[in-house]
Amino acid sequence: MSRLAAALQDLRALDSLALRETALARRDPRAKLAVTLCFIVTVLSFGRYQVAALLPLALFPAVLSAQAQVPGRVLRRTLWLASPFALMVGLANPWFDRTPMLALGGIELGAGWVSFGSILLRVTLTVSATVVLLGSTGMHALCVGLSRLGVPRVFTAQLLFLQRYVHVLAEEALRISTAHRLRAAPGRRLPLSLYASLMGQLLLRAFDRAARVHQAMLARGFDGELRIVEDWRWQRADTLFVGLWCGYFALARAVDLPLALGRLITNVWA
Amino acid sequence: MPAIDIRALVHAYADGTQALRGVDLRVDVGEVVAIVGANGAGKSTLLKHLNGLLLAASGSVRIEGIPLTRARLPDVRRRVGYVFQDADDQLFMPTVQDDVAFGPMNLGLAASEVRARVAEALAAVGASHLALRAPYRLSGGEKRAVAIAGVLAMAPSILVLDEPSTGLDPAGRRRLIELLGRLPQTRLVATHDLGLVLQLCPRALVLHEGRVVADGAPARLFADAELLRRCQLESPYEGLKPARSRCAS
Repeated sequence: MSRLAAALQDLRALDSLALRETALARRDPRAKLAVTLCFIVTVLSFGRYQVAALLPLALFPAVLSAQAQVPGRVLRRTLWLASPFALMVGLANPWFDRTPMLALGGIELGAGWVSFGSILLRVTLTVSATVVLLGSTGMHALCVGLSRLGVPRVFTAQLLFLQRYVHVLAEEALRISTAHRLRAAPGRRLPLSLYASLMGQLLLRAFDRAARVHQAMLARGFDGELRIVEDWRWQRADTLFVGLWCGYFALARAVDLPLALGRLITNVWA
Repeated sequence: MPAIDIRALVHAYADGTQALRGVDLRVDVGEVVAIVGANGAGKSTLLKHLNGLLLAASGSVRIEGIPLTRARLPDVRRRVGYVFQDADDQLFMPTVQDDVAFGPMNLGLAASEVRARVAEALAAVGASHLALRAPYRLSGGEKRAVAIAGVLAMAPSILVLDEPSTGLDPAGRRRLIELLGRLPQTRLVATHDLGLVLQLCPRALVLHEGRVVADGAPARLFADAELLRRCQLESPYEGLKPARSRCAS
Protein backbone atom coordinates (compact mmCIF):
# COMPACT_ATOMS: atom_id res chain seq x y z
CA MET A 1 0.00 0.00 0.00
CA SER A 2 1.34 3.47 -0.87
CA ARG A 3 2.01 5.99 1.88
CA LEU A 4 -0.86 8.11 0.56
CA ALA A 5 -3.29 5.20 0.71
CA ALA A 6 -2.14 4.48 4.27
CA ALA A 7 -2.65 8.14 5.24
CA LEU A 8 -6.17 8.13 3.77
CA GLN A 9 -6.89 4.88 5.58
CA ASP A 10 -5.76 6.46 8.86
CA LEU A 11 -7.97 9.49 8.27
CA ARG A 12 -10.94 7.24 7.67
CA ALA A 13 -9.99 4.99 10.57
CA LEU A 14 -10.25 7.98 12.92
CA ASP A 15 -13.74 8.75 11.59
CA SER A 16 -14.83 5.13 11.87
CA LEU A 17 -13.50 4.79 15.42
CA ALA A 18 -15.91 7.44 16.59
CA LEU A 19 -18.83 5.34 15.34
CA ARG A 20 -17.96 2.45 17.67
CA GLU A 21 -20.03 1.87 20.76
CA THR A 22 -17.37 2.38 23.42
CA ALA A 23 -17.62 3.78 26.94
CA LEU A 24 -15.73 6.85 25.80
CA ALA A 25 -17.86 7.39 22.68
CA ARG A 26 -20.90 7.69 24.95
CA ARG A 27 -19.44 10.67 26.83
CA ASP A 28 -20.70 14.11 25.85
CA PRO A 29 -18.25 15.72 23.38
CA ARG A 30 -18.11 18.80 25.63
CA ALA A 31 -16.84 16.66 28.51
CA LYS A 32 -14.12 15.14 26.34
CA LEU A 33 -13.18 18.53 24.95
CA ALA A 34 -12.97 20.11 28.39
CA VAL A 35 -10.84 17.30 29.81
CA THR A 36 -8.48 17.26 26.82
CA LEU A 37 -8.08 21.03 26.97
CA CYS A 38 -7.34 20.81 30.68
CA PHE A 39 -4.80 18.04 29.97
CA ILE A 40 -3.00 20.10 27.32
CA VAL A 41 -2.85 23.15 29.58
CA THR A 42 -1.47 21.01 32.40
CA VAL A 43 1.19 19.47 30.17
CA LEU A 44 2.25 22.88 28.87
CA SER A 45 2.41 24.36 32.36
CA PHE A 46 5.38 22.20 33.44
CA GLY A 47 8.85 23.71 33.51
CA ARG A 48 11.17 23.23 30.52
CA TYR A 49 13.52 20.89 32.40
CA GLN A 50 10.80 18.69 33.90
CA VAL A 51 10.67 15.24 32.36
CA ALA A 52 10.00 12.69 35.07
CA ALA A 53 7.20 14.80 36.58
CA LEU A 54 5.38 14.67 33.23
CA LEU A 55 5.37 10.88 33.06
CA PRO A 56 2.28 10.27 35.27
CA LEU A 57 0.25 12.32 32.74
CA ALA A 58 0.82 9.57 30.16
CA LEU A 59 -1.89 7.68 32.04
CA PHE A 60 -4.55 9.88 30.40
CA PRO A 61 -3.86 9.09 26.72
CA ALA A 62 -3.03 5.49 27.63
CA VAL A 63 -6.33 4.85 29.43
CA LEU A 64 -8.43 6.75 26.92
CA SER A 65 -6.86 5.16 23.86
CA ALA A 66 -7.56 1.75 25.38
CA GLN A 67 -11.15 2.78 26.12
CA ALA A 68 -11.66 4.22 22.63
CA GLN A 69 -9.82 1.26 21.05
CA VAL A 70 -7.57 3.57 19.02
CA PRO A 71 -5.10 1.33 17.14
CA GLY A 72 -1.45 1.87 18.05
CA ARG A 73 -0.63 2.17 14.33
CA VAL A 74 -2.80 5.30 13.97
CA LEU A 75 -1.19 6.85 17.06
CA ARG A 76 2.33 6.03 15.86
CA ARG A 77 1.72 7.45 12.36
CA THR A 78 0.25 10.67 13.73
CA LEU A 79 3.19 11.08 16.11
CA TRP A 80 5.55 10.43 13.22
CA LEU A 81 3.83 13.19 11.22
CA ALA A 82 4.09 15.59 14.17
CA SER A 83 7.71 14.72 14.95
CA PRO A 84 9.37 17.16 12.50
CA PHE A 85 7.72 20.09 14.30
CA ALA A 86 8.95 18.83 17.67
CA LEU A 87 12.45 18.32 16.24
CA MET A 88 12.47 21.80 14.72
CA VAL A 89 11.50 23.36 18.04
CA GLY A 90 13.87 21.42 20.26
CA LEU A 91 16.82 20.18 18.24
CA ALA A 92 18.90 23.32 18.72
CA ASN A 93 18.57 23.16 22.54
CA PRO A 94 21.47 20.71 23.18
CA TRP A 95 23.87 23.06 21.34
CA PHE A 96 22.79 26.30 22.95
CA ASP A 97 22.13 25.07 26.49
CA ARG A 98 25.13 22.97 27.59
CA THR A 99 24.91 23.49 31.36
CA PRO A 100 25.52 20.05 32.94
CA MET A 101 22.32 18.79 34.52
CA LEU A 102 22.19 15.00 34.64
CA ALA A 103 24.59 12.11 34.82
CA LEU A 104 23.30 8.86 33.39
CA GLY A 105 25.61 5.84 33.71
CA GLY A 106 28.67 8.06 33.78
CA ILE A 107 27.53 10.16 30.80
CA GLU A 108 26.86 13.78 31.61
CA LEU A 109 23.82 15.31 29.96
CA GLY A 110 23.47 19.02 29.36
CA ALA A 111 20.31 20.99 30.20
CA GLY A 112 19.61 21.33 26.47
CA TRP A 113 19.20 17.57 26.11
CA VAL A 114 16.81 17.51 29.07
CA SER A 115 14.67 20.33 27.65
CA PHE A 116 14.73 18.60 24.26
CA GLY A 117 13.45 15.39 25.91
CA SER A 118 10.79 17.40 27.70
CA ILE A 119 9.59 18.91 24.39
CA LEU A 120 9.41 15.48 22.73
CA LEU A 121 7.47 14.09 25.68
CA ARG A 122 5.03 17.02 25.67
CA VAL A 123 4.41 16.67 21.94
CA THR A 124 3.85 12.92 22.36
CA LEU A 125 1.37 13.47 25.19
CA THR A 126 -0.63 16.30 23.61
CA VAL A 127 -0.76 14.76 20.12
CA SER A 128 -1.82 11.38 21.55
CA ALA A 129 -4.55 13.03 23.60
CA THR A 130 -5.81 14.93 20.53
CA VAL A 131 -5.86 11.77 18.40
CA VAL A 132 -7.79 9.94 21.11
CA LEU A 133 -10.24 12.84 21.33
CA LEU A 134 -10.81 12.73 17.56
CA GLY A 135 -11.00 8.96 17.48
CA SER A 136 -13.55 8.77 20.28
CA THR A 137 -15.71 11.69 19.17
CA GLY A 138 -15.43 12.28 15.42
CA MET A 139 -14.83 15.64 13.82
CA HIS A 140 -18.50 16.40 13.32
CA ALA A 141 -19.53 15.81 16.93
CA LEU A 142 -16.42 17.64 18.04
CA CYS A 143 -17.38 20.72 16.05
CA VAL A 144 -20.91 20.61 17.43
CA GLY A 145 -19.40 20.28 20.93
CA LEU A 146 -17.16 23.29 20.28
CA SER A 147 -20.10 25.26 19.02
CA ARG A 148 -22.10 24.35 22.16
CA LEU A 149 -19.18 25.54 24.27
CA GLY A 150 -19.57 28.94 22.64
CA VAL A 151 -17.06 28.76 19.78
CA PRO A 152 -18.54 30.78 16.87
CA ARG A 153 -20.28 28.59 14.29
CA VAL A 154 -18.35 30.19 11.47
CA PHE A 155 -15.19 28.76 12.99
CA THR A 156 -16.59 25.26 13.58
CA ALA A 157 -18.01 25.18 10.03
CA GLN A 158 -14.57 26.10 8.64
CA LEU A 159 -13.02 23.34 10.70
CA LEU A 160 -15.45 20.79 9.29
CA PHE A 161 -14.91 21.95 5.74
CA LEU A 162 -11.18 21.78 6.27
CA GLN A 163 -11.48 18.17 7.37
CA ARG A 164 -13.69 17.36 4.36
CA TYR A 165 -11.22 19.13 2.07
CA VAL A 166 -8.32 17.10 3.47
CA HIS A 167 -10.24 13.93 2.55
CA VAL A 168 -10.96 15.24 -0.95
CA LEU A 169 -7.33 16.27 -1.41
CA ALA A 170 -6.07 12.88 -0.22
CA GLU A 171 -8.48 10.99 -2.51
CA GLU A 172 -7.45 13.04 -5.55
CA ALA A 173 -3.75 12.72 -4.65
CA LEU A 174 -4.19 8.95 -4.41
CA ARG A 175 -5.76 8.82 -7.89
CA ILE A 176 -2.96 10.89 -9.43
CA SER A 177 -0.30 8.88 -7.64
CA THR A 178 -1.82 5.55 -8.78
CA ALA A 179 -2.08 6.78 -12.37
CA HIS A 180 1.56 7.86 -12.24
CA ARG A 181 2.80 4.65 -10.62
CA LEU A 182 1.10 2.48 -13.25
CA ARG A 183 2.95 4.19 -16.09
CA ALA A 184 6.22 5.24 -14.45
CA ALA A 185 9.47 3.41 -15.02
CA PRO A 186 10.20 1.33 -11.92
CA GLY A 187 12.73 2.84 -9.54
CA ARG A 188 12.95 6.17 -11.38
CA ARG A 189 12.20 9.28 -9.41
CA LEU A 190 10.08 12.05 -10.87
CA PRO A 191 11.88 15.24 -11.88
CA LEU A 192 11.05 18.20 -9.67
CA SER A 193 9.41 20.10 -12.56
CA LEU A 194 6.91 17.27 -13.04
CA TYR A 195 6.15 17.24 -9.31
CA ALA A 196 5.27 20.93 -9.54
CA SER A 197 2.92 20.28 -12.44
CA LEU A 198 1.30 17.34 -10.61
CA MET A 199 0.78 19.50 -7.52
CA GLY A 200 -0.94 22.14 -9.65
CA GLN A 201 -3.16 19.49 -11.19
CA LEU A 202 -3.94 18.07 -7.77
CA LEU A 203 -5.03 21.44 -6.44
CA LEU A 204 -7.22 22.14 -9.48
CA ARG A 205 -8.87 18.72 -9.30
CA ALA A 206 -9.41 18.96 -5.57
CA PHE A 207 -10.84 22.45 -6.00
CA ASP A 208 -13.27 21.22 -8.69
CA ARG A 209 -14.35 18.35 -6.49
CA ALA A 210 -14.79 20.63 -3.48
CA ALA A 211 -16.95 22.91 -5.64
CA ARG A 212 -19.17 19.95 -6.57
CA VAL A 213 -19.47 18.93 -2.90
CA HIS A 214 -20.46 22.50 -2.07
CA GLN A 215 -23.08 22.50 -4.87
CA ALA A 216 -24.48 19.24 -3.48
CA MET A 217 -24.75 20.89 -0.06
CA LEU A 218 -26.48 23.95 -1.53
CA ALA A 219 -28.92 21.71 -3.39
CA ARG A 220 -30.00 20.30 -0.02
CA GLY A 221 -30.68 23.68 1.47
CA PHE A 222 -27.31 24.45 3.10
CA ASP A 223 -27.24 28.11 4.10
CA GLY A 224 -23.88 28.34 5.86
CA GLU A 225 -25.00 26.99 9.21
CA LEU A 226 -24.20 23.42 10.20
CA ARG A 227 -26.99 21.57 11.88
CA ILE A 228 -26.91 18.09 13.32
CA VAL A 229 -29.38 15.78 15.03
CA GLU A 230 -27.92 15.72 18.52
CA ASP A 231 -28.46 12.83 20.85
CA TRP A 232 -26.21 13.92 23.72
CA ARG A 233 -27.36 15.03 27.09
CA TRP A 234 -24.97 15.96 29.87
CA GLN A 235 -25.10 13.12 32.39
CA ARG A 236 -23.75 12.54 35.88
CA ALA A 237 -21.12 10.25 34.33
CA ASP A 238 -19.86 13.21 32.29
CA THR A 239 -19.45 15.32 35.42
CA LEU A 240 -17.63 12.42 37.09
CA PHE A 241 -15.42 11.98 34.00
CA VAL A 242 -14.43 15.65 33.97
CA GLY A 243 -14.03 15.85 37.76
CA LEU A 244 -11.86 12.74 38.15
CA TRP A 245 -9.49 13.49 35.29
CA CYS A 246 -9.11 17.17 36.09
CA GLY A 247 -8.51 16.22 39.75
CA TYR A 248 -5.79 13.81 38.64
CA PHE A 249 -4.17 16.47 36.45
CA ALA A 250 -4.18 18.90 39.38
CA LEU A 251 -2.56 16.25 41.60
CA ALA A 252 0.11 15.47 38.98
CA ARG A 253 0.81 19.19 38.65
CA ALA A 254 0.97 19.89 42.37
CA VAL A 255 2.94 16.82 43.46
CA ASP A 256 5.95 15.32 41.68
CA LEU A 257 4.44 11.83 41.69
CA PRO A 258 7.53 9.88 40.51
CA LEU A 259 9.63 11.62 43.15
CA ALA A 260 7.03 10.96 45.83
CA LEU A 261 6.78 7.33 44.77
CA GLY A 262 10.58 7.02 44.79
CA ARG A 263 10.76 8.42 48.31
CA LEU A 264 8.01 6.11 49.49
CA ILE A 265 9.75 3.05 48.07
CA THR A 266 13.11 4.16 49.51
CA ASN A 267 11.53 4.64 52.94
CA VAL A 268 9.84 1.22 52.82
CA TRP A 269 13.11 -0.46 51.83
CA ALA A 270 15.03 1.46 54.45
CA MET B 1 -50.15 24.71 -13.13
CA PRO B 2 -47.16 22.81 -14.56
CA ALA B 3 -44.54 21.41 -12.21
CA ILE B 4 -41.77 22.89 -14.37
CA ASP B 5 -42.12 25.69 -16.86
CA ILE B 6 -38.98 26.79 -18.72
CA ARG B 7 -39.06 29.42 -21.42
CA ALA B 8 -36.28 30.42 -23.81
CA LEU B 9 -33.59 29.43 -21.32
CA VAL B 10 -30.09 30.45 -22.36
CA HIS B 11 -26.87 29.74 -20.47
CA ALA B 12 -23.26 30.42 -21.31
CA TYR B 13 -20.33 29.51 -19.05
CA ALA B 14 -17.62 31.99 -18.14
CA ASP B 15 -15.24 30.49 -20.72
CA GLY B 16 -17.76 31.35 -23.45
CA THR B 17 -19.20 27.85 -23.93
CA GLN B 18 -22.83 28.23 -24.97
CA ALA B 19 -24.45 25.35 -23.05
CA LEU B 20 -28.15 26.18 -23.55
CA ARG B 21 -29.48 28.07 -26.55
CA GLY B 22 -33.14 28.77 -25.87
CA VAL B 23 -34.70 25.74 -24.18
CA ASP B 24 -38.48 25.56 -23.77
CA LEU B 25 -39.88 22.84 -21.54
CA ARG B 26 -43.12 22.21 -19.73
CA VAL B 27 -43.46 19.24 -17.39
CA ASP B 28 -46.78 18.44 -15.75
CA VAL B 29 -47.20 17.22 -12.18
CA GLY B 30 -46.38 13.49 -11.83
CA GLU B 31 -44.74 13.19 -15.25
CA VAL B 32 -41.55 11.13 -15.66
CA VAL B 33 -39.39 12.75 -18.32
CA ALA B 34 -36.01 11.69 -19.64
CA ILE B 35 -33.48 14.15 -21.01
CA VAL B 36 -31.12 12.37 -23.35
CA GLY B 37 -28.18 13.67 -25.31
CA ALA B 38 -24.49 13.15 -25.91
CA ASN B 39 -21.78 14.53 -23.61
CA GLY B 40 -21.82 18.32 -23.73
CA ALA B 41 -25.40 18.48 -25.04
CA GLY B 42 -26.43 20.60 -22.03
CA LYS B 43 -28.24 18.01 -19.88
CA SER B 44 -26.50 18.74 -16.58
CA THR B 45 -26.62 22.50 -17.22
CA LEU B 46 -30.37 22.28 -17.76
CA LEU B 47 -30.85 20.24 -14.57
CA LYS B 48 -28.79 22.69 -12.53
CA HIS B 49 -31.22 25.45 -13.50
CA LEU B 50 -34.08 23.53 -11.88
CA ASN B 51 -32.56 23.70 -8.42
CA GLY B 52 -31.00 27.13 -8.70
CA LEU B 53 -27.43 25.82 -8.79
CA LEU B 54 -27.28 27.92 -11.96
CA LEU B 55 -29.47 30.94 -12.56
CA ALA B 56 -30.84 31.85 -15.97
CA ALA B 57 -28.78 34.38 -17.90
CA SER B 58 -31.77 34.86 -20.17
CA GLY B 59 -35.21 33.28 -20.25
CA SER B 60 -37.22 32.07 -17.27
CA VAL B 61 -37.63 29.03 -15.04
CA ARG B 62 -40.73 28.51 -12.91
CA ILE B 63 -41.09 25.68 -10.42
CA GLU B 64 -44.72 25.06 -9.46
CA GLY B 65 -45.39 28.65 -10.40
CA ILE B 66 -42.49 30.11 -8.40
CA PRO B 67 -40.05 32.10 -10.53
CA LEU B 68 -36.51 30.89 -9.94
CA THR B 69 -34.68 33.92 -8.60
CA ARG B 70 -32.01 34.27 -5.94
CA ALA B 71 -34.62 35.47 -3.45
CA ARG B 72 -36.82 32.40 -3.99
CA LEU B 73 -34.03 29.80 -3.84
CA PRO B 74 -35.05 28.31 -0.46
CA ASP B 75 -38.64 27.81 -1.71
CA VAL B 76 -37.44 26.16 -4.89
CA ARG B 77 -34.87 23.90 -3.17
CA ARG B 78 -37.61 22.72 -0.84
CA ARG B 79 -39.54 21.54 -3.89
CA VAL B 80 -36.81 20.23 -6.17
CA GLY B 81 -34.56 17.40 -5.00
CA TYR B 82 -31.33 17.03 -6.99
CA VAL B 83 -29.46 13.73 -7.10
CA PHE B 84 -25.90 14.28 -8.35
CA GLN B 85 -24.14 12.19 -10.97
CA ASP B 86 -21.36 11.17 -8.58
CA ALA B 87 -22.83 10.04 -5.28
CA ASP B 88 -19.44 10.61 -3.62
CA ASP B 89 -19.90 14.36 -4.16
CA GLN B 90 -23.19 14.24 -2.32
CA LEU B 91 -22.36 12.07 0.67
CA PHE B 92 -20.08 13.89 3.07
CA MET B 93 -21.39 13.34 6.58
CA PRO B 94 -19.76 10.74 8.88
CA THR B 95 -22.67 8.28 8.76
CA VAL B 96 -25.47 7.46 6.34
CA GLN B 97 -28.15 8.59 8.78
CA ASP B 98 -26.38 11.91 9.43
CA ASP B 99 -26.12 12.45 5.69
CA VAL B 100 -29.78 11.71 5.05
CA ALA B 101 -30.65 14.05 7.95
CA PHE B 102 -28.60 16.90 6.45
CA GLY B 103 -31.36 18.18 4.12
CA PRO B 104 -34.26 17.96 6.62
CA MET B 105 -32.13 19.70 9.27
CA ASN B 106 -31.55 22.56 6.81
CA LEU B 107 -35.34 22.81 6.42
CA GLY B 108 -35.44 23.70 10.12
CA LEU B 109 -37.49 20.65 11.15
CA ALA B 110 -37.61 19.38 14.72
CA ALA B 111 -35.21 16.54 15.61
CA SER B 112 -38.08 14.03 16.04
CA GLU B 113 -39.48 14.91 12.60
CA VAL B 114 -36.00 14.63 11.08
CA ARG B 115 -35.49 11.17 12.61
CA ALA B 116 -38.86 10.02 11.26
CA ARG B 117 -38.04 11.32 7.78
CA VAL B 118 -34.60 9.70 7.80
CA ALA B 119 -36.09 6.33 8.74
CA GLU B 120 -38.80 6.68 6.11
CA ALA B 121 -36.41 7.73 3.33
CA LEU B 122 -33.93 4.96 4.10
CA ALA B 123 -36.76 2.41 4.16
CA ALA B 124 -38.04 3.73 0.81
CA VAL B 125 -34.71 2.99 -0.87
CA GLY B 126 -34.16 -0.27 1.04
CA ALA B 127 -31.16 1.07 2.93
CA SER B 128 -32.35 1.03 6.55
CA HIS B 129 -29.62 -1.47 7.42
CA LEU B 130 -26.95 1.02 6.29
CA ALA B 131 -27.99 3.81 8.67
CA LEU B 132 -24.90 3.64 10.89
CA ARG B 133 -22.36 2.88 8.16
CA ALA B 134 -19.78 5.40 6.93
CA PRO B 135 -20.65 6.43 3.32
CA TYR B 136 -17.20 5.57 1.97
CA ARG B 137 -17.71 1.96 2.99
CA LEU B 138 -20.77 1.54 0.72
CA SER B 139 -20.87 -0.04 -2.74
CA GLY B 140 -21.73 2.09 -5.79
CA GLY B 141 -25.37 0.97 -5.75
CA GLU B 142 -25.72 1.57 -2.02
CA LYS B 143 -24.21 5.04 -2.36
CA ARG B 144 -26.70 5.88 -5.11
CA ALA B 145 -29.61 4.63 -2.98
CA VAL B 146 -28.43 6.66 0.02
CA ALA B 147 -27.97 9.76 -2.16
CA ILE B 148 -31.57 9.38 -3.33
CA ALA B 149 -32.70 8.87 0.29
CA GLY B 150 -30.91 12.11 1.25
CA VAL B 151 -33.05 13.94 -1.27
CA LEU B 152 -36.30 12.06 -0.53
CA ALA B 153 -35.99 12.96 3.16
CA MET B 154 -36.59 16.58 2.16
CA ALA B 155 -39.95 15.47 0.72
CA PRO B 156 -39.54 17.25 -2.61
CA SER B 157 -42.36 17.25 -5.13
CA ILE B 158 -39.92 17.16 -8.04
CA LEU B 159 -36.95 14.83 -8.33
CA VAL B 160 -34.07 15.59 -10.66
CA LEU B 161 -31.50 12.86 -11.33
CA ASP B 162 -28.26 13.33 -13.23
CA GLU B 163 -27.03 10.10 -14.86
CA PRO B 164 -28.44 7.90 -12.09
CA SER B 165 -27.35 4.56 -13.57
CA THR B 166 -23.68 5.49 -14.15
CA GLY B 167 -21.30 3.01 -12.55
CA LEU B 168 -23.97 0.59 -11.39
CA ASP B 169 -23.76 -3.15 -12.02
CA PRO B 170 -26.79 -4.83 -13.71
CA ALA B 171 -28.42 -5.78 -10.39
CA GLY B 172 -27.89 -2.27 -8.98
CA ARG B 173 -29.28 -0.72 -12.16
CA ARG B 174 -32.34 -3.00 -12.00
CA ARG B 175 -32.99 -2.03 -8.36
CA LEU B 176 -32.59 1.66 -9.25
CA ILE B 177 -35.15 1.42 -12.08
CA GLU B 178 -37.61 -0.33 -9.75
CA LEU B 179 -37.04 2.28 -7.05
CA LEU B 180 -37.46 5.25 -9.39
CA GLY B 181 -40.56 3.63 -10.88
CA ARG B 182 -42.18 3.43 -7.42
CA LEU B 183 -41.65 7.08 -6.44
CA PRO B 184 -44.64 9.41 -6.63
CA GLN B 185 -42.76 12.63 -7.50
CA THR B 186 -42.48 14.39 -10.82
CA ARG B 187 -39.17 13.02 -12.12
CA LEU B 188 -36.61 14.35 -14.59
CA VAL B 189 -33.82 11.97 -15.50
CA ALA B 190 -30.79 13.06 -17.52
CA THR B 191 -29.07 10.00 -18.95
CA HIS B 192 -27.26 8.24 -21.79
CA ASP B 193 -28.87 4.99 -20.70
CA LEU B 194 -31.63 4.68 -23.29
CA GLY B 195 -32.64 1.26 -21.92
CA LEU B 196 -33.43 2.91 -18.59
CA VAL B 197 -35.43 5.59 -20.42
CA LEU B 198 -37.52 2.98 -22.23
CA GLN B 199 -38.36 1.23 -18.97
CA LEU B 200 -38.94 4.28 -16.81
CA CYS B 201 -40.05 7.29 -18.82
CA PRO B 202 -43.18 7.68 -20.94
CA ARG B 203 -41.70 10.91 -22.35
CA ALA B 204 -38.20 11.87 -23.50
CA LEU B 205 -36.49 15.00 -24.75
CA VAL B 206 -33.46 14.88 -26.97
CA LEU B 207 -31.01 17.69 -26.28
CA HIS B 208 -28.38 18.52 -28.86
CA GLU B 209 -25.93 21.43 -28.70
CA GLY B 210 -28.05 23.22 -26.13
CA ARG B 211 -31.38 22.88 -27.95
CA VAL B 212 -34.35 20.52 -27.58
CA VAL B 213 -34.44 18.80 -30.97
CA ALA B 214 -37.10 16.17 -30.23
CA ASP B 215 -39.78 15.59 -27.61
CA GLY B 216 -42.05 12.57 -27.44
CA ALA B 217 -42.48 8.92 -26.55
CA PRO B 218 -39.06 7.22 -26.21
CA ALA B 219 -40.08 4.25 -28.38
CA ARG B 220 -40.87 6.60 -31.26
CA LEU B 221 -37.77 8.78 -30.80
CA PHE B 222 -35.39 5.83 -30.52
CA ALA B 223 -36.77 4.33 -33.74
CA ASP B 224 -35.62 7.44 -35.63
CA ALA B 225 -32.16 6.37 -36.76
CA GLU B 226 -31.37 9.72 -38.39
CA LEU B 227 -32.18 11.65 -35.17
CA LEU B 228 -30.04 9.32 -33.08
CA ARG B 229 -27.12 9.53 -35.51
CA ARG B 230 -27.30 13.34 -35.65
CA CYS B 231 -27.38 13.58 -31.85
CA GLN B 232 -24.61 10.99 -31.39
CA LEU B 233 -26.85 8.48 -29.64
CA GLU B 234 -27.30 4.76 -30.18
CA SER B 235 -30.57 2.92 -30.44
CA PRO B 236 -31.18 0.60 -27.50
CA TYR B 237 -32.77 -1.83 -30.00
CA GLU B 238 -29.64 -2.11 -32.13
CA GLY B 239 -28.34 -5.66 -32.41
CA LEU B 240 -24.96 -6.18 -30.79
CA LYS B 241 -22.25 -8.06 -32.62
CA PRO B 242 -20.39 -10.45 -30.33
CA ALA B 243 -16.63 -9.88 -30.33
CA ARG B 244 -14.64 -12.60 -32.10
CA SER B 245 -11.44 -13.95 -30.63
CA ARG B 246 -8.30 -13.12 -32.60
CA CYS B 247 -6.33 -15.92 -30.97
CA ALA B 248 -5.51 -18.91 -33.17
CA SER B 249 -6.74 -21.96 -31.31
